[in-house]
Amino acid sequence: MKSLLKHRLAWPVIALAALLLLNQVFRPDFLSLRMQDGHLYGSLIDIMRNGAPTILIALGMTLVIATRGIDLSVGAVVAIAGAASCAYIAASPDPGSPATAAMAVLIAVIAGLVLGVWNGFLVSAIGVQPIIATLVLMTAGRGVAQLITGGQIVSVSNDHYKSIGAGYLFTLPISILITAAVFALAAVLTRRTALGTLIEAVGINPVASRLAGLRSRNIIWIVYIFSAVCAAMAGLMISSNVTAADANNAGLYIEMDAILAVVIGGTSLAGGRYTLVGTVVGAFIIQTLTTTVYTLGIPPEVTLVFKALVVITVCLLQAPKARNLLSRLNAASKPAAEEAAKEKVAI
Amino acid sequence: MNEIVPVVEMADIAIGFPGVKALDGVDFRLFQGEVHALMGENGAGKSTLIKALTGVYTIDSGTIRVLGEQKRFSTPGESQAAGISTVYQEVNLCPNLTVEENVLLGREPRRRGSIDWKGVRSRTREVLAELQLDHIDPGSLLSTHSIAVQQLIAIARSVEINAKVLILDEPTSSLDADEVNQLFRVIRDLRDRGVAILFVSHFLEQVYEISDRMTVLRNGKLVGEYLTRNLSRMSLISKMIGKDMEALTELDQAPARTRASNGAAGTPFIEAQGLGRKGSVSGVNLSIHPGEVVGLAGLLGAGRTEIARLIFGADKADEGTIRIKGAGQKIRSPRAAIDKRIGFCSEDRKEEGLIGDLTVRDNLVLAMQASKGWARRIPRRVQDELVAEYIEALDVRPANPDALIRNLSGGNQQKVLLARWLVTHPELLILDEPTRGIDIGAKTQIQKLVNQLAADGMSILFISSELEEVLRVSDRIAVIKDRAMVAEITNDDVSVEDVMTVIAGGAQ
Amino acid sequence: MSPLSTLTPLTVKKPSPARNRLHGGARYAPTLATVGLFTAMFAVGAGMYPSFLSGQVFLNLFIDNTFLIVLAVGMTFVILTGGIDLSVGAVVALSMMVSATLLQQGWNPGAVIVLVLLIGGGLGLLMGLIIQYFDIQPFIVTLAGMFLARGLCYVISLDSIPVNEPFFTGMAQAQIPLPGDLFVSPGVLLALGIVAVAFFILHHTRFGRTIYAIGGNEHSAMLMGLPVKTTKILVYALSGLCSAIAGILFSFYSLSGYSLAAQGMELDAIAAVVIGGTLLTGGTGYVLGSVVGVLVLGIVQTFIAYDGTLSSWWTKIVIGGLLLVFILLQRLFARKAA
Repeated sequence: MKSLLKHRLAWPVIALAALLLLNQVFRPDFLSLRMQDGHLYGSLIDIMRNGAPTILIALGMTLVIATRGIDLSVGAVVAIAGAASCAYIAASPDPGSPATAAMAVLIAVIAGLVLGVWNGFLVSAIGVQPIIATLVLMTAGRGVAQLITGGQIVSVSNDHYKSIGAGYLFTLPISILITAAVFALAAVLTRRTALGTLIEAVGINPVASRLAGLRSRNIIWIVYIFSAVCAAMAGLMISSNVTAADANNAGLYIEMDAILAVVIGGTSLAGGRYTLVGTVVGAFIIQTLTTTVYTLGIPPEVTLVFKALVVITVCLLQAPKARNLLSRLNAASKPAAEEAAKEKVAI
Repeated sequence: MNEIVPVVEMADIAIGFPGVKALDGVDFRLFQGEVHALMGENGAGKSTLIKALTGVYTIDSGTIRVLGEQKRFSTPGESQAAGISTVYQEVNLCPNLTVEENVLLGREPRRRGSIDWKGVRSRTREVLAELQLDHIDPGSLLSTHSIAVQQLIAIARSVEINAKVLILDEPTSSLDADEVNQLFRVIRDLRDRGVAILFVSHFLEQVYEISDRMTVLRNGKLVGEYLTRNLSRMSLISKMIGKDMEALTELDQAPARTRASNGAAGTPFIEAQGLGRKGSVSGVNLSIHPGEVVGLAGLLGAGRTEIARLIFGADKADEGTIRIKGAGQKIRSPRAAIDKRIGFCSEDRKEEGLIGDLTVRDNLVLAMQASKGWARRIPRRVQDELVAEYIEALDVRPANPDALIRNLSGGNQQKVLLARWLVTHPELLILDEPTRGIDIGAKTQIQKLVNQLAADGMSILFISSELEEVLRVSDRIAVIKDRAMVAEITNDDVSVEDVMTVIAGGAQ
Repeated sequence: MSPLSTLTPLTVKKPSPARNRLHGGARYAPTLATVGLFTAMFAVGAGMYPSFLSGQVFLNLFIDNTFLIVLAVGMTFVILTGGIDLSVGAVVALSMMVSATLLQQGWNPGAVIVLVLLIGGGLGLLMGLIIQYFDIQPFIVTLAGMFLARGLCYVISLDSIPVNEPFFTGMAQAQIPLPGDLFVSPGVLLALGIVAVAFFILHHTRFGRTIYAIGGNEHSAMLMGLPVKTTKILVYALSGLCSAIAGILFSFYSLSGYSLAAQGMELDAIAAVVIGGTLLTGGTGYVLGSVVGVLVLGIVQTFIAYDGTLSSWWTKIVIGGLLLVFILLQRLFARKAA
């Protein structure tokens, strides 16, 4: 039991289970699922469907953070992707056809690719700090999205397009299936090839990695491209859900949710070992938090304060100093505390 | 050196860290108006002693007295307040501020609450003039000056504080001959004015030139305190390395080299001519033949690792050429070196070798995987075979490929890192202190391995601070001293004493 | 005896270290570039629109951006130490909400202002303490601070609250006449006053020089005995205080409290600081440069307004572009210096 608790996924999973249980207590039919017209419905399904974009973006963010980087531009990419696809549909000769929808999807993905290449270029080729590099797109990106939509909310009516965010396939919402597919792809890509291990090596010890002959440039480029493509797909989901592109509000603050999901899931902001499963759990926790607030009857305005407190708590718990404090309460770690006390000054 | 009461007196100092006793019962005395050199090899305790004096470390036991008064330093500020000032090798000033700001940072004269910049300027000029450094413009940005001048400015700051004790930690590593002379003039001025100067350096000749007395540490213990003019170079080296004259002759056993020496025949695998880099080493000529082990001998800080890094492309050379199998090459990165079949097992395994949170397996195949790129993963089955093979060959314990490498002991970590390079089958393997911090059994294993690899045709560059070890495995020995190569010796019936003589700088 | 084949010992020539090529005067270069940029933009505007070349247009840049100027000042302090503060926009909104609500309930405006300053400074102090003592990255802590402040806004009220209190409305409408038929608002004087105080602190007090030292080389600053820890905590308190002041100024400007106000303002502040020549790595930069950075952002807005056909989103694109240019310039400088 103890070793199970020590597993780094233990606390996130426990937290999620506790949240779900809490909801079940207040709403007895929370965990129940029902089938209707061949589709699965239920609160759990809602959580998964609403959280799908965040999960997707958080998956991309995980790999970026693992290389000691960060991608602040994902919200802007969401807006641009949604804007580009909806603008295309609106302007196309046959706005309702499946071919148009398919093309729209392609356009969004290509937009993600291009933006990812841009970010990767700044970070790996020019050597700009990731925070600053992605800040550029974060600032300019929404302006670009508004440029595409002409400042309006572009509404489209294309059932095929709508199905991405709102449709069902094999009883499950399509957005969940897409997310699951991307998760599977990422997991396979990083673990069947050496990409995952090399990403971790670069994040854990870039100096040693270089001396071992690792050229980090391509790896860093790949993770930023992946992050942007994930964001573009999330943008598709978000805009297709409402069959409209809102350049101002689509994906607002979603980068923060994504970063939080990654951190709560157990990947450190300092880079290195990452866990995609942990990120998914973390994203679920964040999504469930929003639902919990509603279930508990807490006014929705409080959600943000809730989130803030959760973030602070998680980060404090993860901070080494806090761990030292906690372990000092366990007398067993005396030597460690002594060591820390000896070096009065962090050299 | 005419005061009875020492400026600084440290008695029976002990400092320990988990698993290691850095200082054990060390005494140290520093008098006014002297230049005192602190000597010792790596791990001898020099930097620990200095950190204890400057308030970076707190001592476990013992006393520190400044001018007779007992002191407890728990922060650098307290040490400074007691009149002890340090100029570190990296010149700890702020490059984005001006000269005068750096000299007076934190102590600027104020007028009605705001900084009196005129006062700052005039006080800085005063101090610079005292040290005959009037040519330095107080209003200029620190970063526009060379390291040599930055050091002098750091010393000026100490003078401004009226420091009684000035500690100079490796002050001449990046200086050229003229700059060293300038520095020494300033040091002598200060000494004549009564300042006590603690001088730490690996440059033997400079220590002999500038210091009045020396204290030698070894393995955390005090070896002794000597007048410089009474201590010969040979005696000093033997005290630092831990042999005395008689023991040297005894230890002069035949080296365990069973391999027939190829001698320097045929085309070398690698040939470096005039290799050098600003601020690092210069004028290095080195060649290594297939199946040959060339050892780099020298004291710590002499420049051996720097040479290795230049050959491996970890640092880019400013001057000189490298030929591999006769063809001129430019090695600009470790990747390039590895592609040319060179491997480098670094000295600092924690910072430059280990990927701590990854497993033994991942660490072992890292270089090989990096060569293949991220897309083509070494099949798990192949990885398992390789890892099992090397774990057994090198006797890595625990024999668990999934253990996190940071949980292994130092010796076993070193073996895994060694395996990382062996797996790539290099033609030249550079080993920098491969047996440091390893038990005797493992040491011997590694030395035997080196012999075997050379017998199978690999070229090896072997760097170690332990001379017997270098003699045991090398065919030829290049002696590095004070950042340049001073001699090359063929290892035919050569003794440790002979090598030490060369390091000391004179033929016997 | 022993076959030592000793080479003639080479003359020990120590290689001289690479010298920093940046001439001292070059430290002003980034900020001068910004001033040049601003002047150029103003000139272009004057060329394109005859009514552009007026003193009032110039002064309007200040009047319309008083809050951003103060935010940029606070952000400069933080960025000079190598940190960042993402919470400033949310704290501005929180200040507005708190003042609007309390004023509506009849509180004395002076008391309201004092309370708001305490809240802003207090929140900043708290963040600084967490950053320093738990060694957590400023990005995350101030992000949480942003959530907290914004969340508190939502809790206070989701609707917009108007401000009708006479002092505030007076400040909103007051005009201080200047020679030549020009005017400024009292907010401008306050903002410029804060700039002056900031300038004094940074260039004439030990606290200010410590800030620069920390940004230049924190380890050295510590070894030199400077109060590094305290200073790093205080800059966040200062930033919070500036955010609160900016909130008050924004209240003067908009006469309301709205929980969705000032969204993204932290990005504007950061952009202004970077464009103004301050390095995000810390240690280099001038608060006057940040002010010019705000003016640059303001003039982009003015262009858009004058053009009439260009839509507001071009502001974001242009700012992003300017940010990019300055970041690349900074990178170029860093490469040359190395």
